[in-house]
Amino acid sequence: MAQRVGMEVSVAIGEIVKLANTDVVSAYPITPQTHIVEHLAELVADGELDAEYIPVESEHSAMSACLGSAATGARTFTATAGQGLELMHEVLYVASSMRLPIVMTVANRALSSPLSVWSDHSDAMACRDTGWIQIFVENGQEAVDNTLCAFRIAEDNNVLLPVMIHLDGFHVSHVIEPILLPEQSQVDAFLPKNNYPLPLDTDKPVAMGDFGPPVIYTEAKWAQEVNLRKSKETILKVWQEFGKSFSRYYKPVECYRCEDADTLLLTMGSYSETAMTTIDKMRGEGKKIGLIRIRLWRPFPFEEFRQAVKDIKTLIVLDRAISFGGPGGPVCSEIRSALYSQNNRPEIVSFIGGLGGRDITVAGFEEIINSGMEIAETGSDNEFEIFGVRE
Amino acid sequence: MQNYTIFVPRLLSKKEYFVSGHRACIGCGEALAVRLACKAMGQNVIVANATGCIEIIASQIPYTSWKVPWIHTLFENTAAVASGIESGLKAMARKGLKADKGTKAVAIAGDGGTVDIGLQALSGAMERGHNFLYMCFDNEAYMNTGIQRSSATPFGASTTTSPAGKVSIGQFSWKKDMPAIAVAHDIPYVATACPSYPFDLMEKVKKALSVKGPAYIHIFSVCPTGWSCPGDLTIRIGRLAVKTGIFPLYEVENGIYKMSIDFTELRPINDYMKLQGRFRHLTEDVINQIQNKVVEKYEELRRKSVISDAVESGE
Repeated sequence: MAQRVGMEVSVAIGEIVKLANTDVVSAYPITPQTHIVEHLAELVADGELDAEYIPVESEHSAMSACLGSAATGARTFTATAGQGLELMHEVLYVASSMRLPIVMTVANRALSSPLSVWSDHSDAMACRDTGWIQIFVENGQEAVDNTLCAFRIAEDNNVLLPVMIHLDGFHVSHVIEPILLPEQSQVDAFLPKNNYPLPLDTDKPVAMGDFGPPVIYTEAKWAQEVNLRKSKETILKVWQEFGKSFSRYYKPVECYRCEDADTLLLTMGSYSETAMTTIDKMRGEGKKIGLIRIRLWRPFPFEEFRQAVKDIKTLIVLDRAISFGGPGGPVCSEIRSALYSQNNRPEIVSFIGGLGGRDITVAGFEEIINSGMEIAETGSDNEFEIFGVRE
Repeated sequence: MQNYTIFVPRLLSKKEYFVSGHRACIGCGEALAVRLACKAMGQNVIVANATGCIEIIASQIPYTSWKVPWIHTLFENTAAVASGIESGLKAMARKGLKADKGTKAVAIAGDGGTVDIGLQALSGAMERGHNFLYMCFDNEAYMNTGIQRSSATPFGASTTTSPAGKVSIGQFSWKKDMPAIAVAHDIPYVATACPSYPFDLMEKVKKALSVKGPAYIHIFSVCPTGWSCPGDLTIRIGRLAVKTGIFPLYEVENGIYKMSIDFTELRPINDYMKLQGRFRHLTEDVINQIQNKVVEKYEELRRKSVISDAVESGE
């Protein structure tokens, strides 16, 4: 039987990639992701994982090597963060457009300048249009579980898309948590062999990544869009089956104490757990407050999200990234757009905070919620409120 | 080279793996070189192609000239993609997930994709020792985007971003010595080739494929469109590049240089340059400067080389 063991989350991610019997790992160091690929290097060096480990010379090449590897039908993994994800940027589009099932852990990190190795969601939000499936996790167990699910989702022949698992750098990647790792037999039962339908193979030559003139480009992009939207069905199915096998269930939109709430706070990633403590405290004071977290960022779960907020009066959104000179936080701007057409939409208040690793405490969330509720009543001239800035 | 002093096309396979119907310009030396290289490689290869002329002329949806598995992703990452292909095949063969057919990963790119934007990925792949072949088809500028200079453009050539003008002689820097950079990675096989010497080219491609580890071939590809020369002079201009010492043919096996063809006397470079519009503006002074540099480089190469059996007079 699997046992709960205290381990660093990065190490646990390495372990689940090993249990998934990954064929190729391409790796380039960047804080705060590095412990993941370090642990995988150890596993390969000790013969515990039979994989080709490619210590590439940049993140651009890390993702490029993944393209080649996935195109041969090999199970392929890499991990990155912040600037590394940005350096990969153009390659990300190719991975999804060519329908290559690559799994990547992103230890979310702020972007330069000034240089910051600490966590926020600027890197994740900068690649929301790249066509990847993006899943946010809040703690180590969720990271492990969703990494395993990611292989199954990516390689499902109805999907064949790359998947990013987003976990907050340091706040999740570097902490030691009690983790329940599955047994090899459980993983083997849950995750079938990768069966990529049209690999690069001399028995049946294919041409991949051709040149697309205007007569075909729109159709290619539309097919990609239909495919990504449709992948939600498979994602839900995989989470369902994961729940049946492992008794831990995941949903595209997670609700915490949302029953009878009139105000909801929306967060993504590790800060959600602090926010829960605040919700408990305020509930104790008799306030009708709950928390929702968007786990599935792409494809965006419109239906589940609208359902979750349909009866509330106020929605307070916390973004950990700025769209400079634009409508504020990228999450809030998408939320507003998702609700604009709805008849009963709540007042939406946008906050930006937690940038570059700045902590938001239990008291901080209380302040956000209280001032959010006030702004919902009185209105604000600002597109968004910035939390905790010293001016 | 010595085996091919008699023209023996009948000995060659009639099978083609890079077939006709593509959109290359008339007289394209690169398309010819790719066809010959493919003939030499046969079908047990997977080709990773960088963005560039060959990629766009031969892959427009829904057509392809490629009869071997082929992948194009981006411009600068082809060596990294080939690394991934090689690693994927290797891991799956070792784990019994797929049969080991001994398929070789082959990366191909132009000079811009190799000596400029793709140099880092290529250096990384060579340094890591992947078992792959990289071929650079060098037409001495960014031809696909409209004849812009690269670091492989020769000194004095007029291009659209190094135009000859009242105060400019054209390209202001000397051609980057990419084969020497490959040699500096201490890889088992490096060679230069030119489709004007087809048997030499094919022999080198075959040898490079049989090597375990990284192999690099730098292939001189005449571009009538970019060089402003008649399309029917492609073969002759390629031969003249070799005979003038501008593009010597040699191979470097495990660090040992060997001239593939050596000349007792080099032809004057003007025999080569006068056929091309890109050099038409050059004064005698500049041509002499280039001539001296060519001779100096050629002598340096000869000094490094073991003596070849194939010595020819330059005529």
